[in-house]
Amino acid sequence: MSSQPRTTSFDADTIRGEFPVFDQPLTNGRPVTFLDTAASAQKPRVVIDKERECYEQYYANAYRGVYQFGARVDEELEATREKVRDLINAEEISEIVFTSGTTMSINLVADSWGRKFLRPGDEILLNEMEHHANIVPWQQIANETGASVRYIPLTDDGRLDIQELDNCLTEKTAIIAVTGMSNVLGTINPVEELARRGKQVGALILVDGAQSVPHMPVDVRKAGIDFLTFSGHKIYGPSGVGVLYGRRELLREMDPFLTGGHMIDRVFKEKSTWAELPARFEAGTLPIAQAIALGAAIDFVNQLSFDAIHAHERRLLEHALARLQDEVPGFVCHGPGLEHRGAIISMTLEGVHSEDLAVLLDRRGVFVRHGHHCTMPLHDLLGVSATTRASFGVYNTLDDVDRLVDAIHFAREKLRLV
Amino acid sequence: MNQPPLISVEELIDEFDALGDWEGQCDFLIDLGFELEKLPPEAKVEENRVHGCQSNVWLIAEFQRPDDADEIRVNITAESDAMIVNGLIAILLAVYSGKSPSEILKADVEGIFTRLGLDRHLSSQRRNGLFGMVKRIRAIAAQAA
Repeated sequence: MSSQPRTTSFDADTIRGEFPVFDQPLTNGRPVTFLDTAASAQKPRVVIDKERECYEQYYANAYRGVYQFGARVDEELEATREKVRDLINAEEISEIVFTSGTTMSINLVADSWGRKFLRPGDEILLNEMEHHANIVPWQQIANETGASVRYIPLTDDGRLDIQELDNCLTEKTAIIAVTGMSNVLGTINPVEELARRGKQVGALILVDGAQSVPHMPVDVRKAGIDFLTFSGHKIYGPSGVGVLYGRRELLREMDPFLTGGHMIDRVFKEKSTWAELPARFEAGTLPIAQAIALGAAIDFVNQLSFDAIHAHERRLLEHALARLQDEVPGFVCHGPGLEHRGAIISMTLEGVHSEDLAVLLDRRGVFVRHGHHCTMPLHDLLGVSATTRASFGVYNTLDDVDRLVDAIHFAREKLRLV
Repeated sequence: MNQPPLISVEELIDEFDALGDWEGQCDFLIDLGFELEKLPPEAKVEENRVHGCQSNVWLIAEFQRPDDADEIRVNITAESDAMIVNGLIAILLAVYSGKSPSEILKADVEGIFTRLGLDRHLSSQRRNGLFGMVKRIRAIAAQAA
């Protein structure tokens, strides 16, 4: 990867050119308008090349072989670990655990920390905008430990109702589990304030960074975050690899999640002892090439700079909301105003079923997601069974936004609403 | 609610062949969806809801024994809140509605969807939803047989 610093001016067309998937038109001749980055991001050439490099030049299992390939793999993996540490400003690389993704990372904490430390009467503080991956593992561990889940109420515009925090954040609260950015509403949550308020009552905080880490800087030490989880595939990296950051003192006290190879110190016939961090939480063979290429994805994002990414995504959001609100009758955008929102628009259109909309947009080469987006409690709260979500990434352009709006006009026409 | 299906399987195949591509076929599905006989509001209740669909689908069946027939006929009416799904329902009704239970149990609906080329345009989720309806219809037929 070139170490040439990239200019901070954001040339979306050039950046788009770094993503091979956009090189070819669709079978109907239309360009790809990919607006589903919140589900999974496309991959830049540097990430694809890095993964290929590993397979073509030095692939071997990790942390096993002293031979040259094995040593190179270990070196590359530790280089990624350091890039992750730097990205989130963790203190040590031993606090960075590779997992299969955010879902596994949260399950790991719920199981390894929760099973050991949750007591009957303890409370796990959630809220209704959380992804199922940050609700269901907590329900399960609450059932098993006698703890209970509790919810911070949301405001009408889809933010955490911080005024209500005194009522639900109490001495009973053992952990706050909160998303850095809602995958439906786009809401950016005040993680730092929650962490500070949590500390006052002795509660830990886990931040689900699946949506936030790819779009904004995070500093786990400054923000006081105890656990941070994110996925490689949403930050323009490979699928199959994710990260759990845990404060060293916490990880040290936690029991293993998965057990088996690599995570042990010594295995006897009757019992075993555990390896040091982070190996204790990395049982079995890692997603090796994926974790190595995650390092290239982090370099890619860093070179663009979060300031430039944010400014670009803001331009896309502003243009999209302006046109949609202006031109589309019955358009409802769920969630807060721009100042509290990341690059996500989840909408309902009066008289249009989200499934029809998604199929008709697809005919125009516009790829969006529809449904409940793994947030059924949120959709219950919104009172809609499904929403249609357009989410943006670094490769999206103002032309993509225009194609989205034009495709919505097309869909309304086909559904005889015009 | 004893209207014959909007279209027969043979007509569907001819129409889909003539249209050729998904653009035209999808428009045709939407047209079928708009023409589909709608359910009365009182039929849209939980017990008539078909699970497994992303959109809401309600389905009811009525039995009828024509004077000249040995077997009863199953008349099906179904409706979704998504128009393209209503188009798919029209295809299911072409296959199943007004048929005898034994004909329903013998019908190869998957083969017909493949023949229409729809298998290429149905996501696995929508396929699950569709076969949720097929399962319901077959269960009704099996009970009546």
